[in-house]
Amino acid sequence: MTTIQYTQKNNGKKSFLEEVIELTPGKSNLEMCIQCGTCGGSCPSGADMDHTPRAIFQMIFAGMKDIVLKSNTPWYCVSCYYCTSRCPQEIHITDLMYTIKRIAVKENVYDDTTAPDFSKTFINWVENYGRSFELGLMSIHILKHTRLKVFKITEMGMGMVTKGRMSFTPNKIKGLTDLKAILAKAKELEVAG
Amino acid sequence: MKYNYFPGCSLEKNAAAYDVSTKAIADPFGLELVEIEDWNCCGATEYISLNLLASYALVARNLAQASKNKDLTQTIAPCSACYLNLRKTDKYMYESSDLNQKVNTALAAGGLSYKPGTQKVRHLLDVVVNDIGFEKIAEKVTKPLTGLRIAPYYGCMIVRPELSISKDSLSFDDPEHPTTLDELLKVLGAEVVDYPLKANCCGGHMTQINDVTAFELLHRLIKGAADYQADLIVTLCPMCQFNLDAFQGPMNRHFGTKFSMPVLYFTQMIGLALGMDAKKLGIGDELIDARPVLAKIGVQVPIPESAKKRPDKEALPMPSPLKNSENISKIKEEIGQ
Repeated sequence: MTTIQYTQKNNGKKSFLEEVIELTPGKSNLEMCIQCGTCGGSCPSGADMDHTPRAIFQMIFAGMKDIVLKSNTPWYCVSCYYCTSRCPQEIHITDLMYTIKRIAVKENVYDDTTAPDFSKTFINWVENYGRSFELGLMSIHILKHTRLKVFKITEMGMGMVTKGRMSFTPNKIKGLTDLKAILAKAKELEVAG
Repeated sequence: MKYNYFPGCSLEKNAAAYDVSTKAIADPFGLELVEIEDWNCCGATEYISLNLLASYALVARNLAQASKNKDLTQTIAPCSACYLNLRKTDKYMYESSDLNQKVNTALAAGGLSYKPGTQKVRHLLDVVVNDIGFEKIAEKVTKPLTGLRIAPYYGCMIVRPELSISKDSLSFDDPEHPTTLDELLKVLGAEVVDYPLKANCCGGHMTQINDVTAFELLHRLIKGAADYQADLIVTLCPMCQFNLDAFQGPMNRHFGTKFSMPVLYFTQMIGLALGMDAKKLGIGDELIDARPVLAKIGVQVPIPESAKKRPDKEALPMPSPLKNSENISKIKEEIGQ
């Protein structure tokens, strides 16, 4: 990693900026941000975010770790890659949003559990069956988080079932044992760094 | 033309219509689709939100499985999220020897390995447009979609971001103003409406995180198509179809709107233009009924058994719609209109 001018070393401890860059695959270009705001202006869910990506990046430079990790911004990212594609500095913004999510989950610092739990439930099906399972995923998620809103989508759910578009049982892959071994090894290597 | 085929989880059930119609049109154009043996989920946008290395290993297992048959060097993904994840993993492994080594160490735990760059991952639309080509498609059109006004919807992940590893694997369309689907639909005889939101996002998993945010995005897209008097939206991604179709009702309720915009797959439109039976293309699976607009081009779709109302009309003493209209005309006569 090249030297980063913004970084303020404090007793050899890594700055938040360095941490984010290190945990993002490839060259994220985060340190190149010129605060132009193209990202926020392009973001379809930007209006509902606590802070736009531009603000998040400036807060990362300022070392405001807690606010960044607690914001809903990365969880409201819909991964449409408009920002990434339009950024004049070629910053991998979507990838950085994933990084912020991973740090927030790892350090258990996030306010709203809806989105992290959705990812966890999704992953649980994938890790135990090898495939995702929509009905299982949605039912568990609704029970955990959106129970009061369930009336809004009852008709839709019934429609999906009547049209035969919802499976009642998850499909399991044959090589599940191997897949589990692969994922376990990958997680082990990730911890090792 | 023989390819590896990675259907992805959605196409197993929720988007079975996409799978069925893809297979239906493959045959007449000589596309041979070899399903990747024992493929697994690509992780969508969820796996990478919690685990980095494992998310690449998850995707790489599919690339490794695909490369088992040395004759097949291209993989087709009909789902935009699968397409993006497969391409991204391949690119990142190709560019970072550290990541490549780690992912391969993980794969080895399951007796597999993958050399980045060996599989060329392509979206189904790319293969249809560039490998089959408009000329061949035009030759086979027997029932052109004349008079049907279509909003071509690409969504996000098929066109963004650029994930090529060489000039050879550059993205096949423009990230802001894609045109391939427009051209294809014109070849099929349809009238393609101007659709400025064609590469905007449907919200992905947002319906499950914050439905109000999701409804806002869906409303823009559906209203956008309706504003240009489109009869229907045609898409190429199972997530887009699911969100626009299944959540159109809840979205209508949220905004107090009454949109009824059918959403079909481009493969279904090709099938129709080739004169194939609508039912065999999975038409009828959509929640927003496409029959009224398809009637415009003379396509008749039988009402599925499941959709027939229960209890039947005779069981309840209700005036039938026919009698009602007779009554109205009688009344009109009486009042002299």
